Amino acid sequence: MKNTIRQVFHSPKFVVGFSIFVLVLLSLFIYPLFVPGNPLQMVGLSSFSEPGTYVSVYDAIDSEPDIMKLPEADAKRLADKLNEEDRAAMKEWLLLIGIPEADIDTTDTKSLLKLWEEKYDPSLKPAGMTMAKRNYYKRLNTNLEQALNASEVVIATENAETGALEEAKVVTDTDYINTKDVINSITLPLGTDNFGRDTLKELVSAAKTSIMIGLIAGSIATFIGLSTGLLAGYIGGWVDELILFITNLFTVIPGFIILILVSYGIGQENRGATTCAIVIGFTSWTWTTRSVRSQVISLRNRDHVNLSKLSGHSLLRIILNDILPYIASYVVMALILQISTAILAEAQLSMLGLGPKTTEIPTLGLMMNWAMLYSAHTHGYWWAYFPVLLIIALISFSLNLMNTGLDQVFNPTLRD
Amino acid sequence: MSDTKPMCLSGKGVTKVFGFGEKKTVAVDHVDFEFREGELISIVGESGSGKTTISKMLLGLISITEGQIFFQDKPLDINTRAKKKKYWRDIQAIFQDPFTSYNVFNKIDQVLLDCIHMRGGKRFSKEKKLEMMTEACSFVNLKYAELTNKYPFELSGGQMQRLMIARIFLLKPKILLADEPTSMIDACSRATILDMLLNLRNEIGMTIIFITHDIGLAYYISDKVYIMEQGKFVERGTADEVILNPKAAYTKRLISDVPKIYEEWDLSTVNSTARA
Repeated sequence: MKNTIRQVFHSPKFVVGFSIFVLVLLSLFIYPLFVPGNPLQMVGLSSFSEPGTYVSVYDAIDSEPDIMKLPEADAKRLADKLNEEDRAAMKEWLLLIGIPEADIDTTDTKSLLKLWEEKYDPSLKPAGMTMAKRNYYKRLNTNLEQALNASEVVIATENAETGALEEAKVVTDTDYINTKDVINSITLPLGTDNFGRDTLKELVSAAKTSIMIGLIAGSIATFIGLSTGLLAGYIGGWVDELILFITNLFTVIPGFIILILVSYGIGQENRGATTCAIVIGFTSWTWTTRSVRSQVISLRNRDHVNLSKLSGHSLLRIILNDILPYIASYVVMALILQISTAILAEAQLSMLGLGPKTTEIPTLGLMMNWAMLYSAHTHGYWWAYFPVLLIIALISFSLNLMNTGLDQVFNPTLRD
Repeated sequence: MSDTKPMCLSGKGVTKVFGFGEKKTVAVDHVDFEFREGELISIVGESGSGKTTISKMLLGLISITEGQIFFQDKPLDINTRAKKKKYWRDIQAIFQDPFTSYNVFNKIDQVLLDCIHMRGGKRFSKEKKLEMMTEACSFVNLKYAELTNKYPFELSGGQMQRLMIARIFLLKPKILLADEPTSMIDACSRATILDMLLNLRNEIGMTIIFITHDIGLAYYISDKVYIMEQGKFVERGTADEVILNPKAAYTKRLISDVPKIYEEWDLSTVNSTARA
């Protein structure tokens, strides 16, 4: 036994898979210690906020500024105002009035603006330019003039009686405040989802739930498969026939269809994460039964089983003592595979809207479902679905790697 | 050899058929036999002649398709687990391959303890059990102190087979079914094991049914010889009758196939014990 475990931990594939899985598991348990709170709490009122740190504008205005003069501050502001489209449009206009292309550098904001200031004339009517296009250039010019004009911004409050605006504060372009002085700020490493919830917090909770679903479903499936397989294989006769008949019934009808029908039958309101796990477990035991049964059949006529019979051992003792240890490694492999399959099955079910109910607890599948329903993928809100995909892939990759590693240890013909 | 000894195991029209339809194989075909108490009976035949099948039927490990086995002149009734358990106190076996005969997850102590428990020694004191195990081990020239807390696969093939004899020593059955116990073992250990087996027989006076493919060996050790060909006993009788004066063509062929080296093989210890 000790030898086997040592052998298992010498298999590089198993060790890599095991480390990935343990790392994922550890981070899932450690992260909530640092960032406590309900994962389903909606922090944002707008959906799909981009990842980053958000500071309250209101509090920022209230804070006492320090005066700083950063060398590139103006240029950066301008560069931020001028997007690629505007730069291309400016170049187009300058080319039309006969400036050689070599003189126009759209990447150098300063020289481009200087050139524009000198050459732009709103009264000019280049041939072939529509009225709409000319108005666009006029608007663009106004914007640029405002951007170049580094005047102060006045914050005003409304007088409750007269309704007149009264100057409360003046903000200049050299005012800076320390982000620490802003009382309200939030860091969203993965932004928010469609409901305005912190995606990372949700993801950590979801991955934990999904692994739990996998464990429950995998254990149930392995337990049913193991016990039916052992009974069918060892006892044989009509017990075998009956179990095989039921197993074949479940095998012939695709498991996923049964899963969908049962999930639908239970109803949205009654489907918690645990119920979902149990349903998945009860529909995915067939292959374990079949393979355990065939292994037991090859074992039951071995001499050591005969010897155990001759020693007068009971049926239960023979099964537990003389058969089970011989297929234990196989069962562990089946369990690992079942866990990974169950996690994927939950994700698939939830994508179809048949997963756990949405109000209690997030799961990886539900997050995918929400991202899909609110078209995160078509709008490029990658943070809503890509990290979920990554976690699913990582978990099932690590579990399968562990399985392959074990397979190589227990099946010497597969060793490299 | 007188036939007046009480009957131990006998069979009438015992048949075993595996499979059905086109795949049907008749492994044992309507055989009759009479094994008397205290005899050493050899069943000789080539691979696939049905020797192991007949031994498993005698042990009650597989069902009989047709016919009836009688145990001490009463039809053998082992339909329930309790009856089977009772029957297995009287009949035990040594299997061909010592490497697959043991559960590799159980320690040697467990194997021997099971035997003591089966003989009703569950309530014996720890010291008594230890003493019994030590005695059994020393009977087969093994040291219990060296075996305790070891697993069977840590022993050599010969040691494992000797441990199997120690098991029989503790169980003291009426009948021992030895299914080619020496075929997987080198020639030196073979003589030792046969010697021990025959010593044990003298000690507890049991019937031994010795299954082998080695007709030379059968001649040296047995009282009665049954020659088996394709599921049938083609010839039977005392060792001298069958081997020295064979009637069936199959027996003649078997005897002529024995390599000469067996005649010069020194089996004096075995021989003297068997004839004693």
